[in-house]
Amino acid sequence: KDANSALLSNYEVFQLLTDLKEQRKESGKNKHSSGQQNLNTITYETLKYISKTPCRHQSPEIVREFLTAMKSHKLTKAEKLQLLNHRPVTAVEIQLMVEESEERLTEEQIEALLHTVTSILPAGPEAEQKKNTNSDGAVDEDDPA
Amino acid sequence: MFVLVEMVDTVRIPPWQFERKLNDSIAEELNKKLANKVVYNVGLCICLFDITKLEDAYVFPGDGASHTKVHFRYVVFHPFLDEILIGKIKGCSPEGVHVSLGFFDDILIPPESLQQPAKFDEAEQVWVWEYETEEGAHDLYMDTGEEIRFRVVDESFVDTSPTGPSSAEATTSSEELPKKEAPYTLMGSISEPGLGLLSWWTSN
Repeated sequence: KDANSALLSNYEVFQLLTDLKEQRKESGKNKHSSGQQNLNTITYETLKYISKTPCRHQSPEIVREFLTAMKSHKLTKAEKLQLLNHRPVTAVEIQLMVEESEERLTEEQIEALLHTVTSILPAGPEAEQKKNTNSDGAVDEDDPA
Repeated sequence: MFVLVEMVDTVRIPPWQFERKLNDSIAEELNKKLANKVVYNVGLCICLFDITKLEDAYVFPGDGASHTKVHFRYVVFHPFLDEILIGKIKGCSPEGVHVSLGFFDDILIPPESLQQPAKFDEAEQVWVWEYETEEGAHDLYMDTGEEIRFRVVDESFVDTSPTGPSSAEATTSSEELPKKEAPYTLMGSISEPGLGLLSWWTSN
């Protein structure tokens, strides 16, 4: 009917799939029937993909705080969504995600944007992995820094 | 990356499932029908988001099952044009670099959209970016399993519904197997600063 009714952030999809997985674990019985195999496959793969991105540690409050902070920068919805999903840490990444960034943002504004992004949004699982002293590369399950 | 799509469909619930709550049966049927499937011109369906409206359920003569018209919203993977995505290199071929997102595999970066100049190393079957600096050219290999950042430049939907019996006769007589076309493919590009293997741009 309406092919583009709303954009979803990766975090929202992550939440949805995690809740769905919990629900299906509790009801138990027909998870393995052939009909549900497709749903299992896609949920597993998508969850695996999103878990490796910074979205894993986000929360509704963080997202709200991020969007409020973004208001002053006058970015489009799509640009804000990309910043939220990817958490860029360099100016090059910002230039990729924000169209005509050389014309719309000065260098200080780009720095300020980077600072807002890195301070409000929690770092991804790989960054936390680097902070850990373990050498086996296990992803830390603790609360975000 | 993901969008919410409003859809309408008629769901058939067979009589032996009447004891279950209607909403649960409908959710299960919809997921069974759409999860991990590509809908033409819409995208790859992931899972049901919610049911917005349930119309009356009818039972038709000759079929004991109930048919309910359902308005619902589905989570669909459909990146917008120029969106930046991060995926893993699945492999290289003369057609370009194949990238996968785990749940979605048909992403191709054609040779024209690679960082120039690039050449295909036949011996190792891998694409190489010949990066020029003052010291000389560095060869940056695009190895399998590496994470790569790319921009979505094009998408194509192919209608893979089965064709009628007339064309089936023609294919069975010929020797070649019918081509398996992916219903939804994305074209990517990495020809901008910041795009390509993540290891090329991290300042460690």
